[in-house]
Amino acid sequence: MQSQTIDPAKTELNYHHKAEAAHYEEHPDFRLFGLIMFLVAEGMIFMGLFGAYLAFRATFPVWPPEGTPELELLLPGVNTINLIASSFVIHNADAAIKKNNVRGMQMWFAITAVMGIVFLAGQLYEYYHLEFGLTTNLFASAFYVLTGFHGLHVTIGVLAILAVLVRSLKPGHYTKEKHFGIEAAELYWHFVDVIWIILFGLLYIL
Amino acid sequence: MVQAQIQQKANIAAEIDEPGVRKWWEYFTFNTDHKVIGIQYLVTTFIFYCIGGVMADLVRTELRTPEVDFVTPEVYNSLFTLHATIMIFLWIVPAGAGFANYVLPLMIGAKDMAFPRLNALAFWIIPPAGLMLIASLLVGDAPDAGWTSYPPLSLLTGQVGEGIWIMSILLLGTSSILGAINFLVTLIKMRTPGLGFHQLPLFCWAMFATSALVLISTPVLAAGLILLAFDLFAGTTFFNPTGGGDPVVYQHMFWFYSHPAVYIMILPFFGVISEVIPVHSRKPIFGYKAIAYSSLAISFLGLIVWAHHMFTSGIPGWLRMFFMITTMIIAVPTGIKIFSWLATLWGGKLHLERPALLFAIGFVGTFVIGGISGVMLAAVPFDIHVHDTYFVVAHLHYVLFGGSVLGIYAAFYHWFPKMTGRMLNNFWGQVHFALTIIGLNLTFLPMHKLGMMGMNRRIAQYDPKFAFLNEICTYGAYLLAVSTLPFIINVIWSWMYGPKAGNNPWKALTLEWMTASPPAIENFHKPPILATGPYDYGLENTSEGVPLSDTEPVLSASTNSVLRANPDEPYPAIAAETDER
Amino acid sequence: MKIPSSIWTLLIGILLTLVSLWYGQNHNLLPAEASEEASLVDGLFNTMMTISTGIFLIVEGVLIYSVVRYRRRRDDDKDGPPIHGNVPLEILWTAIPAIIVIGISVYSFDVYNEMGGFNPHAIHQAPVSPQAMKMPGAAFAATLSTTPATAQSSLTQQEQDPATAAVRNADQIPQKQNAPGAGIVSPTIGPTIEKQSKPPALQVNVTGLQYAWIFTYPETGVTTGELHLPVGQQVRINITANDVIHAFWVPEFRLKQDAIPGRQTEISFTPSKEGTYALICAELCGPYHGAMRTQVVVEKPEAFAAWMQQQQVATTQTLDQAIAANPSSPPELTSTEFLAPYSRDMGITPETLHQIHN
Repeated sequence: MQSQTIDPAKTELNYHHKAEAAHYEEHPDFRLFGLIMFLVAEGMIFMGLFGAYLAFRATFPVWPPEGTPELELLLPGVNTINLIASSFVIHNADAAIKKNNVRGMQMWFAITAVMGIVFLAGQLYEYYHLEFGLTTNLFASAFYVLTGFHGLHVTIGVLAILAVLVRSLKPGHYTKEKHFGIEAAELYWHFVDVIWIILFGLLYIL
Repeated sequence: MVQAQIQQKANIAAEIDEPGVRKWWEYFTFNTDHKVIGIQYLVTTFIFYCIGGVMADLVRTELRTPEVDFVTPEVYNSLFTLHATIMIFLWIVPAGAGFANYVLPLMIGAKDMAFPRLNALAFWIIPPAGLMLIASLLVGDAPDAGWTSYPPLSLLTGQVGEGIWIMSILLLGTSSILGAINFLVTLIKMRTPGLGFHQLPLFCWAMFATSALVLISTPVLAAGLILLAFDLFAGTTFFNPTGGGDPVVYQHMFWFYSHPAVYIMILPFFGVISEVIPVHSRKPIFGYKAIAYSSLAISFLGLIVWAHHMFTSGIPGWLRMFFMITTMIIAVPTGIKIFSWLATLWGGKLHLERPALLFAIGFVGTFVIGGISGVMLAAVPFDIHVHDTYFVVAHLHYVLFGGSVLGIYAAFYHWFPKMTGRMLNNFWGQVHFALTIIGLNLTFLPMHKLGMMGMNRRIAQYDPKFAFLNEICTYGAYLLAVSTLPFIINVIWSWMYGPKAGNNPWKALTLEWMTASPPAIENFHKPPILATGPYDYGLENTSEGVPLSDTEPVLSASTNSVLRANPDEPYPAIAAETDER
Repeated sequence: MKIPSSIWTLLIGILLTLVSLWYGQNHNLLPAEASEEASLVDGLFNTMMTISTGIFLIVEGVLIYSVVRYRRRRDDDKDGPPIHGNVPLEILWTAIPAIIVIGISVYSFDVYNEMGGFNPHAIHQAPVSPQAMKMPGAAFAATLSTTPATAQSSLTQQEQDPATAAVRNADQIPQKQNAPGAGIVSPTIGPTIEKQSKPPALQVNVTGLQYAWIFTYPETGVTTGELHLPVGQQVRINITANDVIHAFWVPEFRLKQDAIPGRQTEISFTPSKEGTYALICAELCGPYHGAMRTQVVVEKPEAFAAWMQQQQVATTQTLDQAIAANPSSPPELTSTEFLAPYSRDMGITPETLHQIHN
């Protein structure tokens, strides 16, 4: 078609996407796609921190540095299982709303929020009982900054879940066609979970 | 000329007749219209450019003489720190976002960006972050460890100034990321029907590549600055060797962003040049697909070259070689662009009276010098000699001033009629161009020799044998300052009293020219139609009845004639009469 | 009959090549070559300059020609020819730059290798000599030699001479020899290929601090503020910093290396031309970064030996004076306080000392 001069007299209009043309006023909801882009960026912040941690770990002859008390694995391990399980729980909420089951969604979301708060409580308990502080040594600093930054994200996730819960009290706000808030909170929660798994592996296992 | 008429005729239904009208005070509000936001970005960043330029001239005034006789060394260090920080984070990076904001939705036939409120937020982060940075100078404790802010020095030179610097960059980086999210989603999801990726104007490809880079690399800088902030305020020792930390890790994190940052600063303007040259040479862009994919290649390669800024920092030999090779490879897609632009100009009908084309030609001629010095810097043994000298300063200014800034001016001259509905004055644009080209070469060409002969950077005093060349650089810098005056006056006067522009003063083919100038608030009444390709100039030179093949390839009409980019999807056919559509 | 354009193109190409070749060798942009490594680097640069001149002339030439030949004539409102591309040409201008950059990469790799960039010589674990133990500062050194016998010590190299240790405040900043990446030797520029088997004739420890350079010659215990080197003999310098990052740069040697606190880095080279050259700090280290420079004196081996003798005599004298002047046991003195009595002889000005104290 490109090689000929277009002769306007011989052409015809032929829209393939008439439906889209009619709805030119509103476009489809791109917010989930936007959230995915945002989570790529967030993921890269954590990748930067993880990279730095690995670099420090490689620099030091002995890691953790001399004198660092060993990290106990029981509480953080339980917390990890808690967080991973909460991802399954929140997924149930999404399944529920896709069947228009608002009550079910609310229940699952509430359970997720509780599990999230338990995670944060567990973190604080661990912080309180740790024998090293922020500036004790390089490992200690990295530990607090990494887990703290992650904990901040968990907190934001819990707040998002609670906000969705509050909004769901308004009847008809979430339906099986329209539930961006639920999907967004779920995606963010999964993100936070995956980051924790990597973090746990790096800080506690490795 | 027939092409533009076809394109315009096809889009009469989409066009809104009344030019968009906005009250002046709307530009000072949290307005979600991408066109308002675009202009807000452009005006704000230009003001910061002037401030950064003043700092540059203060630096150059100190450097006119070998002794420290103008400002104290501490103030001097703050001046060059702020100069660079402002030019990068408050001028070039957001100016690219500003043009993209204005032009992108129009080019793809959308009514606005995907997330208009996020768009406004991204802009409004910039003025406070910038003011905070400048206020630090007035408050008396400005950052002074260079825009690179290497620890341990940056941890020792004053907490307040450094803290302001970190905070400001974190905010500006956030703004950049939010903008990138918008551009990516808009480009991927909101193109008008029939506009596949291979029918996109090259500016869109460039913004796609840029936004992907912003998304991936900026957060790593944030991570590094967070760790630096902890060292600065909380007593941790991530980058402090007394506690076992490693200053080189900061450098890795910093440059992981800051190298892609330079591509973030140039790719949009590569895109601009690819738009400006075809329109004002009346010829299709040469090698559309090559230019499009080379943007992606540069974007990807840009992520794996960062340690060429660290060749002398103490990285292992094998790592130096790896980064040398990847850096050398980036020269290839960049070269493809330069040669393609030359081939576009060749054989065209160059409208040399138009400043947009003058600046685009200036871009090609100047950027190539910066590119050449860049390849030299990639060679490790040579870099070892010239790292942290004026040779690097020369290189970076040739690519950033001769590249990005000339590109920004080309974009201004090209799209000013669309944004304001008025034409800029050609004569003063030519004066602006002449002063800029002379000024920039006077300022930065001698710096190559200065660096190689032994002048290091970030110093207020230097060996007296360099005095003569430094004087030349200083006078060039003053000329550059003067050169902005014709531009500023031209813009202000023309915005108010310039001749009206009409929809398509350049007879261009991309969709932003298919609606009013300035566009109405909703841009288009209906989704616009791409009746011809964005670069299909010259098709009237082929006439009907011409044989399918001819010894003169230009004149034949077959699909094999003079290889071109074929669209993926057929263009929708259009009815000639408006009421038949 | 007109001369065919291909002939013109050929002639222009030949002229361009000749100009590039000439300018590549006659650019006068670099200072004198004063080390053996410098001639390798300059050869590489001259080649790059030749290629760059050619590319520059082609691009600018095409631009100028286009601007003249293809400017829009008055009243010509038609478009240009609809040429969208030319695949063979595009392949050509992709392949040629690719070949050029690969060529430059190979050449650079070769130069880097010849300079000794890939030669991670073994780290010495020379024991601290008993004589050194008796010198003032020995107690200082003694604390170092009994640095925690943890696994740290295997990778934390102690100084071979306690004087350097004192200067480098090694008690506060660990002196790592190994770079990140467990077990990898600190990135170095080792001896050039032909000299790899021989140990360096001379070793100097270089310490950067705000805003001076301190040089210690471990074999003789001499400490100075000005670097002296014998011409034609390979020297290995061990670089570190006391406070912030500095960089050791001698333009005439074409060698530069960052001095990073907490890290020791070594480079080996051979000065090849007598003279006095500037030694410049090439990493921003504070407001007086521009003032941080000293001199490298490259002299005949006999002159160097004579200078060294002089320094040793002076050091012993001042050391005796220092012992007399500082009867209190060394660990109470910081290294700068210890050095203070004879700092001027080392070429450290009062301003520098002022900076150190602040």
